Amino acid sequence: MAEGNQAGKQNVREVRGPGMRGRRGAPLPKLEHPWALFGRIMKYVTKGYLLRCILVAVLIIISVLASVQGTLFTRTLIDRHIMPMLASDNPDFSGLAAAIGRVACFYGLGVLSAFGYQRLLIGITQGTMRRLRVEVFTHMESLPIRFFDTHSHGDIMSVYTNDIDTLRQMISQSIPQMINSCFTVASVFISMVLLNIPLTLLSLLMVGISLFAAGKCTKISGRYFVSQQENLGRVNGFIEEMMNGQKVVKVFCHEQANMREFDELNEALFVSADKAIRFSNVLGPINSQIGNISYVLCAVAGGVLALYGVGGFTLGSLASFLTFNRSFSMPVSQISMQFGSIIMAMAGAERIFRMLDEEPETDNGYVTLVNARVENGTVREAGGEHTGVWAWKHTHQATGETEYKLLEGDVVFDGVDFGYDPEKIVLHDIRMYAKPGQKIAFVGTTGAGKTTITNLINRFYDIQDGKIRYDGINVNKIRKADLRRSLGMVLQETNLFTGTVMENIRFGKLSATDEEVIAAAKLANADGFIRQLPKGYDTVLTANGGNLSQGQRQLLSIARAAVADPPVLILDEATSSIDTRTERIVQEGMDHLMKGRTTFVIAHRLSTVRNSDCIMVLEQGRIIERGTHDELLEQKGRYWQLYTGNAAG
Amino acid sequence: MTDRKYIMLKTLLSYVKEYRRASVLTPVCMVGEVIMEMIIPLLMASIIDKGVSTGDLDHIGKVGLVMVAAAGLGLIFGLLGGVLGARASTGFAKNLRKGMFDHIQTFSFANIDRFSVAGLVTRMTTDVTNLQNAYQMILRMCFRAPASLIVAMTMAFIINARLAGIYMIAVLFLGCFLFFIVSRATKYFSRVFEKYDELNASVQENVTGIRVVKAYVREEYENDKFAKAAANLYGMFMRAERIVVMNGPVMTLTVYTCILLISWFGAKMIVAGSLTTGQMMSLLTYCMNILSSLMMLSMIFVMLTMSAASGRRIAEVLNEESTLKNPEAPVTDVRDGSIEFRDVMFSYNKTAERPVLDHVSLSIRSGETIGIIGATGSSKSSLVSLISRLYDVTGGSVLVGGRDVREYDLDTLRRAVSVVLQKNVLFSGTILENLRWGDADASDEDCRAACRTACADEFIERLPDGYETYVEQGGTNFSGGQRQRLCIARALLGRPKILIFDDSTSAVDTATDAKIRRALREDIPDTTKIIIAQRISSVEQADRIIVMDEGRVNGMGTHEELLRTNEIYRDVYESQTGAEADFDAKGGDA
Repeated sequence: MAEGNQAGKQNVREVRGPGMRGRRGAPLPKLEHPWALFGRIMKYVTKGYLLRCILVAVLIIISVLASVQGTLFTRTLIDRHIMPMLASDNPDFSGLAAAIGRVACFYGLGVLSAFGYQRLLIGITQGTMRRLRVEVFTHMESLPIRFFDTHSHGDIMSVYTNDIDTLRQMISQSIPQMINSCFTVASVFISMVLLNIPLTLLSLLMVGISLFAAGKCTKISGRYFVSQQENLGRVNGFIEEMMNGQKVVKVFCHEQANMREFDELNEALFVSADKAIRFSNVLGPINSQIGNISYVLCAVAGGVLALYGVGGFTLGSLASFLTFNRSFSMPVSQISMQFGSIIMAMAGAERIFRMLDEEPETDNGYVTLVNARVENGTVREAGGEHTGVWAWKHTHQATGETEYKLLEGDVVFDGVDFGYDPEKIVLHDIRMYAKPGQKIAFVGTTGAGKTTITNLINRFYDIQDGKIRYDGINVNKIRKADLRRSLGMVLQETNLFTGTVMENIRFGKLSATDEEVIAAAKLANADGFIRQLPKGYDTVLTANGGNLSQGQRQLLSIARAAVADPPVLILDEATSSIDTRTERIVQEGMDHLMKGRTTFVIAHRLSTVRNSDCIMVLEQGRIIERGTHDELLEQKGRYWQLYTGNAAG
Repeated sequence: MTDRKYIMLKTLLSYVKEYRRASVLTPVCMVGEVIMEMIIPLLMASIIDKGVSTGDLDHIGKVGLVMVAAAGLGLIFGLLGGVLGARASTGFAKNLRKGMFDHIQTFSFANIDRFSVAGLVTRMTTDVTNLQNAYQMILRMCFRAPASLIVAMTMAFIINARLAGIYMIAVLFLGCFLFFIVSRATKYFSRVFEKYDELNASVQENVTGIRVVKAYVREEYENDKFAKAAANLYGMFMRAERIVVMNGPVMTLTVYTCILLISWFGAKMIVAGSLTTGQMMSLLTYCMNILSSLMMLSMIFVMLTMSAASGRRIAEVLNEESTLKNPEAPVTDVRDGSIEFRDVMFSYNKTAERPVLDHVSLSIRSGETIGIIGATGSSKSSLVSLISRLYDVTGGSVLVGGRDVREYDLDTLRRAVSVVLQKNVLFSGTILENLRWGDADASDEDCRAACRTACADEFIERLPDGYETYVEQGGTNFSGGQRQRLCIARALLGRPKILIFDDSTSAVDTATDAKIRRALREDIPDTTKIIIAQRISSVEQADRIIVMDEGRVNGMGTHEELLRTNEIYRDVYESQTGAEADFDAKGGDA
C-alpha cells in the first residue's frame, strides 16, 4: 500500500494506543509543587461542575456502602437465618425473604448510584476536556511567534495528543477509582475490625508484606525501565536515521554493516526490556498470591476461632470476613497503581498549565486602520462603508486629538538593532526607507539576517533599539491586528489549511466574494491549475496541500496575499526547486502581485534583484552595500562578487 | 478468519522463533496459576464443612497446609508466567524489529518509494511496541481469563450443578450484553478517534502555519473553527462513552443478582440438606471470578482489535517482496565504464499513463564526461538511476561494460557505479567514518585525497577537530554546500568506474563547482563521469551533453553543437545568462 508523505499525520496518530506510558513499575516523574498543582487541576475541573463533582463523590460512597452492606449480609444469612432454620423442624423462609429483599434494595441503590456517578463523570470529563482544548488552543493562538520559534513543534503537539489525554484518564478514572478504593479500604477495615481484631491484624500484616515486595520489584523494574527507555531511544534514533538514508545505504552497499550494528542495539534493548517487564510482571502474581495466602491463613485461623466461638466469632462472621479479606488487598494494591497514573497525569497537567501560563502577545497599539474618504483634500472616516480607501486613525494620547493619515505604504527603518536574544544582537543599525510602491530587495548569504528583517516590520518580534515607521507612525503605536492586516506575506514555506481551495485563498480576506477570490487567483496565475483540479475551487486540500505540487502551493499562497490586497508586501522568494515552467508561472504571479505595492523581497532571482528600486546587501546583520543593480556592479564590492560568482571561498 | 488475516498471523508468528518455548510455557503457567487459585475456595468449603462444623481441628490444619501449598504453587506459576511472558514478548519484539530492519535492507528503490520514511519508522517503533504488548497480553491474559472462567465454572458445577446453573445464565446474559456494547462501542470509538486525529491535525496545521495565521490576523477565525471542531468531538465522545458507561453497573447488577439468588436458593438447599454452608461460601467466591474474567475477556478483545492494525502494518513490510533480485550465476567483474541504453522504456508505476523514459537509446564511452540538462520532471534522475540498477527497466536494456546490468551481482555493479544522489544523506559519526562508507578499508590518506578532489579539504581542515569532527544526524552541522562536497568525496573513495552526480553541486558556489570539475578531470581521468545539473556552467565543458525533455533524449552533443542545433538548450542557456537567471545560483553558500 503506497503512502503519501503524511509525516505530520503519522506523528499525531502514533502517540495514542497502548504504549509504554503509565506501565506498572515505570518510574514516576518528579513534580515540584504537587499539592499546588493538584489544587489547580481540581479547581479547573470543578469550575462549573462543583455540584456535580460533589454528587459524584457522594454517589461513589453510596455504592461502596451498598457493597460492604452486601458482604456483611453473608453473616446475617448464615448466622441469623440458615443456622436457626437448620435447627428448627419447621423452617420459615419469610424472614430470609424479607432480609434478601432489604439487601436487594441496598444493592439496587448501589447499582443506581454507580451508574449515576459514571454517567455524571462522562459529562464532567468531556466537558472539561472540551473547555481545556479550546482554552489551550485559543491561548496558543495568542502567543507571540517567539514561543513557536523557541519550542519544538513536537513538544507543543504533545500537549494536545498526550497530556490532555492523560489528564482525561486522571479525571475520568484515576481520581474516582482512588476515592472508591480509599473509601472501600476504610469501610472494609472498619467492618473487619468489628468482626474480629486479631484476624484484621493478620490481614494487615499480609497486606504490608505484599506492599513491601511490590515496592522492591517496582524499584528494580524502575531502574531497568530507565535503561530500556535509553536503549529504545537509541534503536529508534538508528532506525530513523537509516530509514531516512536508505537509498544512500543501498548506493554504498552498506546493508550488511547496518544489520550488524542494528543487531547490537536491538539486543541491548531486548535485554533491558526483558528485565524491566519481568519485574513489573511479577508484581501481579506477588500481590494476588500473597492475597491468597492471607485468605488461607484467615480461613484456617478463623476456622479455629469459629470452632471455639472465640469472642462471638461465628461461621457467618468467618464467611463475611473472608470476603472482606479479598476486597481489602485488592484496593490497596490498586491505590498504588492509581497513585502512579495520577502523578503521570499531573506531570502532563504541569505542561498544559505551563503553556496556559505563557505570556500572550502584548499589544499597546492604539492607532487603528479605518475605511476612509478623501473630501476636499482632508481624510475623513467613512463609518461602516467600504470605500476601498484606508487610513490610520491616530488619536494622540497627550492631546486627545484625532488625526487621519492615508494608508500608503511608506516604511522607514531608523537605526534598528535586533536580537532574538537581547544579549546577542543579530541586526545592527539597520537604516533604510521605502517610498510607497518601491521595491526593496535583500540579498546575502544564508544567515546574513534577511529573514530576520522581515520579521520586524509586522512585529512578529519587537526591536531592541531604533524605530520602524509606517506612514510616519511608529509601528509600536499601531494595533498589531491592523498593522498586519495592511501587510501581505508570502513565505517560502507555504502553509495551507485543511479546507477547499476557495477557503484557503479567502483566508487572506474573509469577506471576499467568490468573484474576488477568482480574480485574485487569476492575478496570481493560479486560476489555470485550480480549474484543472477535480473539483476546481471546491477541491478539498488536506495535509498542508499534500496533493498539490510545491509550485501550485506557492501560487495559492500568492493568491491568498492578492485577495488581501495590502499596500505593503513581504516576499520570500522560493529557491528554485520547482521546475522551470511552473517557476516562470509563479514568478509572473509574484510580479503581478508586487505591481504598485511597497515590497520587501528576499530575493533569489536575478530579475527580481535587477528590477528593484534598491538592493540591500546584508552580511552578518549589517547592510554593507546598498543601491541599484548598476550602481552596485560599479562598486565591484560584495554584490559584484555574488553576481559574477567570484565569491571568495 | 479471512485469508488475509491468516497470512498476517502466519507471517508475524514466524518471528517468534527461539522464543517458542517461552511462548508455549507462559500460558501453561498462567493456567496453572488459575487452577491453584480456584482450588483454594473449594478447599475452604472443606475446612468449614468438615472442620468447623464437625469440630475437627486436625482437618482444619491439614487442609490449611494444602491451601498454603496451593497458594505457594500458584505464586511459583505466576512468577514463572511473568518471567517467561516478559521474555517471550520482548524477544518477539526483538525478532520483529530485526526481521523488518533486515528485510528493508533488501528493498529496492521501488520498494522504498512505496513506504514513506515516517511510515517505516512508525512501523518499526510504535507498532512493534503495540504488538509486544498485545503478544504478552495474549500469552498471559488470553489464556488466563478463559481458564479462570472455565475452572471456576467447573468447580461451581462440581459443588452444585443446579446453583451453578445460575452462573451459566448470568454468563450468557453478561456475555451477550458485553458483545453488544463492545461491538457498538468499537464502531463509535473508531469514528471518534478519526475525528480526534483530524482535530490534532488541525492543531498541527496551526502550529506550523502560525506565521500565516498571525500575518493575516486570523487568530479568532481559527479559534472559532477549532471551538466548533472541539464541540463536535465532545458530542461524539459523549455518545460513545454513554454506551460504554453501562458496562460497570450492568456487571455489578449481575454479580449482585447472582449473590442474592445463590443466597436464597442456597439457604433453601442447605435447610433441605442438599448443600453445605461451606459450599455455599465457595460458590459465592466463584461468582466474582467468573464474571470478572468475562469482563477481562471483553477488554482483551478491544485491546486486540486495536493492535490488529499494528500487526497488519508490520506484516505489510515483512511481506513486501523486493522487486530486485540478484541473478543466478551473477557476473562479478565490470570490464569498463562504458554505458549503453538500448531502446529503454521505464515507468515507476505500471499503471502510469506516460512512461518516465520513452524509447531512450544512447551510448557513452568509457572515460567520457557527460552532462545532462533538462527541466525538472524531464526524467534526468530516472535515466541515471537505471545505470546502477536502482530500478529495473520496463522495456529495452541498459548495458554497463558491455553487459546487461541485470546480469551483474548487485554489489559489484553498485561498487563500480557510484551515484551521488540528489537527496543525499550524511550519517551521525565522524567525517572519516562517513567517508569510509565509500570504502571501509580506505586509509586516512585516501580519505584526504578524496576530499581534496571534492574541494572539501579546505573547510574540513579549518574545523577544530578536522577529520574527526562529529557529523550530526543528517549532517545538520554542515552547510548544504559542505554536505554535498562530503558526499562527493565519499563516492570518490569507492574508486568507481562510473561516477554519477545527480545535481550534487547545486549548493556549491560556481567557483568551487568549477574547481571540483577540474579536479575530477585531472584526478580520475579514466572514470566515466555523468553530471546532472541545472546550471549550464556545470556541464558546459563536458565531452557531450544530453538534453532531456519529457522522458526523451531531445539532443546530444557538445556545448557549441547544441547551442546551434537545440532549441531547448539555447533557451536554457539564454535564461541563465539573461534577466531570468537565478541570483543565488551565482552565489550559493560557500
